[in-house]
Amino acid sequence: MKILVPVKRVIDYNVKPRVKADGSGVDLANVKMSMNPFDEIAVEEAIRLKEAGKAEEIVAISVGPAKAQETLRTALAMGADRAILVETDDEVEPLAVAKILKAIAEEEQPGLVMLGKQAIDDDSNQTGQMLAALMQRPQGTFANTVEIDGDSVIVKREIDGGLETVKLTMPAIVTTDLRLNEPRYASLPNIMKAKKKSLDVKTPADYGVDTAKRLTTTNVAEPPVRQAGEKVEDVDALVMKMKALGIA
Amino acid sequence: MSETVSANGMDSETFDQFIDQLERYVRERLLPAEKEVIANDRVPEDILSEMKDMGLFGLTVPEDYGGAGLNTRQYAQVVRTIAYAAPAFRSIFSINVGMFNSAIKNGGTDEQKAEWWPRIAAGEVACFGLTEPGSGSDSAAMQTFAKPDPDGNGWILNGTKRYITNAPHADVGLIMARTEKDALPKNAHVSAFIVPMDTPGVSVGSADEKMGQAGSHVADVMLDDVHVPGDALLGGETGQGFRFAMQSLDNGRISVGAASTGYARRALDSALKYANERQAFGEPIANFQLIQQMLAESWTEIYAAEAMMADVTARVDRGEDTIKHAAAFKAFASEMCGRVVDRVVQIYGGAGYLAEYDAERFFRDARIYRIYEGTTQILQLQIAKRMLREYANM
Repeated sequence: MKILVPVKRVIDYNVKPRVKADGSGVDLANVKMSMNPFDEIAVEEAIRLKEAGKAEEIVAISVGPAKAQETLRTALAMGADRAILVETDDEVEPLAVAKILKAIAEEEQPGLVMLGKQAIDDDSNQTGQMLAALMQRPQGTFANTVEIDGDSVIVKREIDGGLETVKLTMPAIVTTDLRLNEPRYASLPNIMKAKKKSLDVKTPADYGVDTAKRLTTTNVAEPPVRQAGEKVEDVDALVMKMKALGIA
Repeated sequence: MSETVSANGMDSETFDQFIDQLERYVRERLLPAEKEVIANDRVPEDILSEMKDMGLFGLTVPEDYGGAGLNTRQYAQVVRTIAYAAPAFRSIFSINVGMFNSAIKNGGTDEQKAEWWPRIAAGEVACFGLTEPGSGSDSAAMQTFAKPDPDGNGWILNGTKRYITNAPHADVGLIMARTEKDALPKNAHVSAFIVPMDTPGVSVGSADEKMGQAGSHVADVMLDDVHVPGDALLGGETGQGFRFAMQSLDNGRISVGAASTGYARRALDSALKYANERQAFGEPIANFQLIQQMLAESWTEIYAAEAMMADVTARVDRGEDTIKHAAAFKAFASEMCGRVVDRVVQIYGGAGYLAEYDAERFFRDARIYRIYEGTTQILQLQIAKRMLREYANM
C-alpha cells in the first residue's frame, strides 16, 4: 500500500506571529517557517505504518513556494520515500489544494491519504474533508489512533466528549489530531540520506488546477490584550464580585 | 575512501536542517529532562539512545566511515547548540567527536580508522587517558608504562589515569603510556594505545564528586597487566602518542569555548525571563537600569565570543595554525561564561542562591570551563609564548 502525506509549510509554532500594520495578514518576512505540526504527526504515523509492514511507500506532497522543498526534505529525512512539490507562489486555499491532491491521488493510487486535521496558520480544517468529497472516498477525521485491518482502516476519532471509532474502506482519507503520536526528530544520517531521495517539482497547471483565490480576507487583528485580574480577600468577596459582573 | 575530514564539511542546506532539528530537540527533549539528569546524576537511557540515533556521536567522523563529516565550524555550532542544555548532554559524546576522533584522524592507521570510526560513530563511548595522579601535560613524569609482551603478542600496560571524563561509561579508551624508561625530546617516550574498556585488567574507580555538571562523570582508570595486541598501538609506531594528543588540543579547546558560549546564552535567556517576571517596587526588575546594564554587558560578551568562534573555526577549516586563536577563544569564552553566570545569579537576587532556581546551577556548572582543556593561565602562557616567538622572528 502507498500512503500520500500532504505537508504544509507554515509559520513555526514557536514564533509569536505579528499582524501586518495594514491588517491584511500575518507578517511572514524573516520569520522561521516549519512543517505544520499536524502534518508532522501524519508523516510520523505513515512511517510507523510502514515500519509495521502495513505500507510500502510514503509519498510526501506540498503545495506552496519553492521554499516548501525544505519542508519536504524534512519529511524525507523523517522517513518518507519520495516527494512532490507543486510549486506556486499564490496563497493557496483548501479547495485548490484538495483539487491538486485529488489529481495526484489519481496518478499515484494510494491506499491512504493522511494529512493534518488543519494547518496552524489559517486553521481552516477543510482540506481533508474537501479531498474526501472530491474523491468520493470515506474520511476519518481527527484521528487519535489508526489501525489497518485488511482492506479497511479503523480510525478512532477525537470528538466532543470522547472517541468515536469508524471503519473505512480504503482508499480513504485520514486527518490526524494532536494525540495520535509524537513525531520523531530527523537524525543527521537520515537528513543526509534524504538529499538523495527524489523530489519532483510540478505546477498546479500540470494538474489542471487554477489556484486563484476564491476567498477575500477582510481584516486580520491581534487578539485583545488580556485585562489584569483582581485579588479578593475571601470566597464571599469572590461571589459578590462575580455577581456584580453578572457571571454567577 | 577519503581519509581527511573535508574542510568544506556538510553542505549548508543539510546542515541547517540538522541544526533546526537539534534546536528543537534541545528545547523539547533535553531542557525538560534536565531535572531528571540532576536528580539521578545521569543522562536517561532513552535520551542517550536518541542522541546516538541522531548521529551526535559521529559528527566529525568522515562520511565514508559512518559519520557526518562536519567541518570545525559546523562541529562548533552543534556543540554550542547542545550546550544550551545541561552540560552532561554534551559531555557524553564530546570525547568521541573531539579528542578520540582527532587522534584517530591524525595518527590512526587505515585499519584503525576502519575499525574505530564506525564504532564511535554508532555510539560507542570513548574516553581519553592522558592525566595521571602525578602528571598532566608534563609527560616526563608519566608513570603509566607499556612494555612489549615477552611472548611477542603486543603490549602490557600498567598504571593509573586520573580525571578521565566518561570513564564509567566508556567502551574504549585512548591511553597514553610511556614506552621508554627515560624521557626523550619531543615526548617521544610516550605512545598512545587504543584499549577496549572490557579488556581484562582495566578497571574504573567510582565517579568523583564534583561541584557541578551533574550527569557527566569523571573517574580514575586503573590498568593492571592489561594485554593489548600489537595493532592497539595508535599509528603502529611508538613515540608518537604525545604529538597526537597535542594535535587534538585545539579541537578540544574550541569545543569548550563553544560550550561556554552556548551555556552563557542559556543563562542569559533565563535571566532575561526572570527579570521580566520578577517584580520590585511595583514593576519588573528589567525596568531598572542597573539590571539592564548586566543584561547588555552579558549579551555583548556572548556576541564577542560567537564572533571569535566563527573566526577561529574558519581558520581551522582553512588549515591555518590556530594554536593562539583556539587558546584565546577558549580562555575568553570560558571567562566570559563565568562573568555571565555570576551576573545571572545577581539578577536573580536571593532566588539566585537557592537550589530551587536554575541560576546557582549555571554558576556551578560553568566553573569547570575555565579549567579543563587548559586553564586560562596555561592558555595565556601559550598565547604570550607564541607572541614572543613571532616577535623574535620578525
